[in-house]
Amino acid sequence: MSDIIAIDGLSKTYESGFTALRDVNLHIRKGEIFALLGPNGAGKTTLISIVCGIVNPGPGTVLVDGCDIRRDYRAARSRIGLVPQELSTDAFETVWATVNFSRGLFGKPADPAYVEKVLRDLSLWDKRKDKIMALSGGMKRRVMIAKALAHEPAILFLDEPTAGVDVELRRDMWNLVRGLRERGVTIILTTHYIEEAEEMADRVGVISGGEIILVEHTRTLMEKLGRKELRLQLAAPLEAIPAGLSDLNLVLEGDGHELVYGFDARHDQADVAGLLRRLGEQGIEFRDLRTRESSLEDIFVDLVHNRRTGD
Amino acid sequence: MNLHGVKAIYLFEMARTWRTLMQSIASPVISTSLYFVVFGSAIGSRMVEIDGISYGAFIIPGLIMLMLLNESISNASFGIYMPKFTGTIYEVLSAPISPLEIVAGYVGAAASKSIILGLLILATSRLFVDFSIARPFAMIGFLALTAVTFSLFGFIIGVWADGFEKLQIIPMMIVTPLTFLGGTFYSVNMLPPVWQTVTLFNPVVYLVSGFRWSFYGVADVHVAVSLGMTLVFMLVCVGLITWIFKTGYRLRT
Repeated sequence: MSDIIAIDGLSKTYESGFTALRDVNLHIRKGEIFALLGPNGAGKTTLISIVCGIVNPGPGTVLVDGCDIRRDYRAARSRIGLVPQELSTDAFETVWATVNFSRGLFGKPADPAYVEKVLRDLSLWDKRKDKIMALSGGMKRRVMIAKALAHEPAILFLDEPTAGVDVELRRDMWNLVRGLRERGVTIILTTHYIEEAEEMADRVGVISGGEIILVEHTRTLMEKLGRKELRLQLAAPLEAIPAGLSDLNLVLEGDGHELVYGFDARHDQADVAGLLRRLGEQGIEFRDLRTRESSLEDIFVDLVHNRRTGD
Repeated sequence: MNLHGVKAIYLFEMARTWRTLMQSIASPVISTSLYFVVFGSAIGSRMVEIDGISYGAFIIPGLIMLMLLNESISNASFGIYMPKFTGTIYEVLSAPISPLEIVAGYVGAAASKSIILGLLILATSRLFVDFSIARPFAMIGFLALTAVTFSLFGFIIGVWADGFEKLQIIPMMIVTPLTFLGGTFYSVNMLPPVWQTVTLFNPVVYLVSGFRWSFYGVADVHVAVSLGMTLVFMLVCVGLITWIFKTGYRLRT
């Protein structure tokens, strides 16, 4: 798969002196769903805004489908659709007018049939004559997506698209994202709902303190950094881990009533079987057991935490 | 060139005008007409002629210019300020459209509206005052040149403003006083010699004088000087806008 966005050595320091990006290198592949994760102030929006042309770039290069965002900005920007984080709309315009405005602004001739399709896909067709000010927050979010799709972009940036939207809209939105991907649109999203990134994204990038600290296939990341834990409710509490089990990664919790065994998600269940056998040998009985696999959110929190503490 | 983009901005801005007809068209026409009623018909009939022109007819070019300057500035400044205020500017900044095309869309719409208003007021004034236009093409030329120049100026104000107060302050505190003191209601030659010299530092004098020349063939300063001064101001505005887009001043961080 070829790169549709190639960011190399990109830095950005604002006039205030705040450095938002430090030597960012990031390549997004054509047709993938890429989730950019990071805590607040990590540089996600700055990075997206530079690629889209809203913020002046610092040193480094950004190519969009081979087009430099400085030298060949028209070609670069015409390939991009952006749904920003904030609900910024023209309150007094109708849905139909504002979506057609976006299409024209991006240099496309009027195409009522295409705009109708976009509005129908987003369940906005019945609202096309309504002024935007009369719409609910969720509907306004749909309008912003429709505006971003109005010029048939090859790349769609979704900056926190599901922040503050209801469950139904979130589900519709992700269905739309899947549909767009099937049509070959590359999607880059930032989200705080990390489980969505886990479910939707082909690859994940983590940015913290203006630096990309990790880019990985979602599944590989889960396998590589994912942890599993086995929690055993003991029949009788323990005061300490028995010496015969000290070589295992065991922790006592719940005043000695719960034994927690952590292991790599890559390891097979033989480790668990071995643990249970050795517990039996030590005469330790348990009433219940359950396993839990770490989520992408756990991995993300660990990564960012480790970055901050320098581990 | 992104002509669809220019057209989209232009039509978007013009649509706002049609949506707010009372405020955009009727209000300035009515308020300027009141000047004609008061200064043209009521008081004007008791005033002596100036340069052989009845007072009512004499003030028409100045009053049109007064409206033209204020409307051009407020339309263009509001046009670019509102997207900044609401946040929708992101769309213009991320579009494949050049600074020249953005300016053409916003300034073109603001100037178009001002020209339409100017012509409407001109037609309305005919109901109150009898006058003729000696050089109609020159009159249209001055009208368009002034509308474009001050729409450019308004665009700069709209980019500079970070609040509604700043949006109003220059038209209210600077442009309107300069227009009133720029020969709208009198000929510069009627002033004492010292004030005749002082008033030449008022750029609006050149605009009113040139515009009046196109109506009646009389002017406070030579028409070439009027034209030259207008063009100089236009070039200054173009230079400032070029700098704005080059640096991203108050548009791109």
